[in-house]
Amino acid sequence: MNRMQRSHVLAALGLALALIAADLQAQSAPPAARPALTPGNGKLLLTGGVSSIDGAAGGGLTPWAVIGGYATEGEFGGTAFVTRATTQNYALTTWGAAVGFHDRVELSLARQEFNAGVVVPDTTLKLDIVGIKLRVAGDAVLEADTLMPQIAIGAEFKRSNPGAAVGGVLDSVAAKRGGVDLYVSATKLFLAPGILVNGTLRATEANQNGLLGFGSSDQGRYQLEPELSVVLLLRKNLALGAEYRFKPNNLAFAGSAFIEDDWKDLFIAWAPTKNVSVTAAYVDLGNIVGHTRQTGGYLSVQLAY
Amino acid sequence: MTFSHGAMRLRSWARSSVVCAGLIAVACIGAGAAHAQSAADDALYRQFGGQPGLVTLTDDFMLRLLADPRMGPFFKDVDQKHVKEELVLQFCEVSGGPCKRDGPNMKKAHAGIDVTRTDFNALVEVLQLSMDAQGIAFGTQNRMLAKLAPMHREIVNFPP
Repeated sequence: MNRMQRSHVLAALGLALALIAADLQAQSAPPAARPALTPGNGKLLLTGGVSSIDGAAGGGLTPWAVIGGYATEGEFGGTAFVTRATTQNYALTTWGAAVGFHDRVELSLARQEFNAGVVVPDTTLKLDIVGIKLRVAGDAVLEADTLMPQIAIGAEFKRSNPGAAVGGVLDSVAAKRGGVDLYVSATKLFLAPGILVNGTLRATEANQNGLLGFGSSDQGRYQLEPELSVVLLLRKNLALGAEYRFKPNNLAFAGSAFIEDDWKDLFIAWAPTKNVSVTAAYVDLGNIVGHTRQTGGYLSVQLAY
Repeated sequence: MTFSHGAMRLRSWARSSVVCAGLIAVACIGAGAAHAQSAADDALYRQFGGQPGLVTLTDDFMLRLLADPRMGPFFKDVDQKHVKEELVLQFCEVSGGPCKRDGPNMKKAHAGIDVTRTDFNALVEVLQLSMDAQGIAFGTQNRMLAKLAPMHREIVNFPP
């Protein structure tokens, strides 16, 4: 971990601790009666979302306003996940873990490894992500008599390691190795019809989510990208969803091979118990470095404790 | 194919607007579904089998609550007959049935005990199992839960 990455992690942890302390401080109970957080799994099934590929809780591609895991107010708990997505020419493996505190703060870590061997032999693009999310308002599940969603803000501190060959290409287009995505999400479960909707607005300069670095000599500024998820609850432990994630297109100037498309998926998530969930999806990742219409399967397993 | 910066930003704002419009549309559908039920009045009450259905459900519900390791402690010492009557009145009233629960409001009724969010959710889970056992369809269950869910504001009182 280099100095910038380390300072990002420390900043994220410091912020999280300060937020937790401030939140507990805001409670009206006198200090002696203020309860400490205990390990717990009080949330209803599936209401912690699944692990997104960036490590934050939400859908498979998008962070939602829900805090990951099953811990609810007064509790803390964690999740770990591994995801594999394969398209015609590429494969992405990602794994990570997250902890949720008081249903208010989420910290996550994820590592992505993208097999780009079809383009450059023996090349794996790596991406490390440290995530922090803070619920700022609302409750996604129980506020069934209002339109008010749960709202959260978050940051994903990303560091890419593209290897020497691809690294040289990224240097030539001035794509940076590190970057931060900032987002705000609004999530609501419409309990009566059993439909969950999430809208996320992400400020990013990441190329292919960060796998190809951040920004370029052509596009030096952040762009606002919306992301939408719609999920139908089929049973209390089974959900069917769709996601659409708009993406920037910072490297297109370098040639049509570098055009970046929006990402979409159709998924089904099954949580037989509170300890494990499985998500299977059909993903459409569009053009990735010269190979168009990359579509394929996605499988993710999340453990919660 | 490349875009100028201006066109890119315009495209980005257009996308955001489309997505926002889509979200508002879905929210209206969600709200519309909720309002449609209240306009149909006692449809939910009838889907639960009216008074006999609710009594059967509540009898089963109380048995499961007492047997549940999380919920048992809350209910083992209460006047179970009285609590069941109150529950039937509550389910009847919120589902559009011909009842009015006159007892103390939810906040007062739970004021003497610590009820956490976890406790509230655990009760929901037990209720779901009871409704499953009564063969109530998932959508119907959710419509009832949607009526009951906002009560968490008055019932959950810990941490304060």
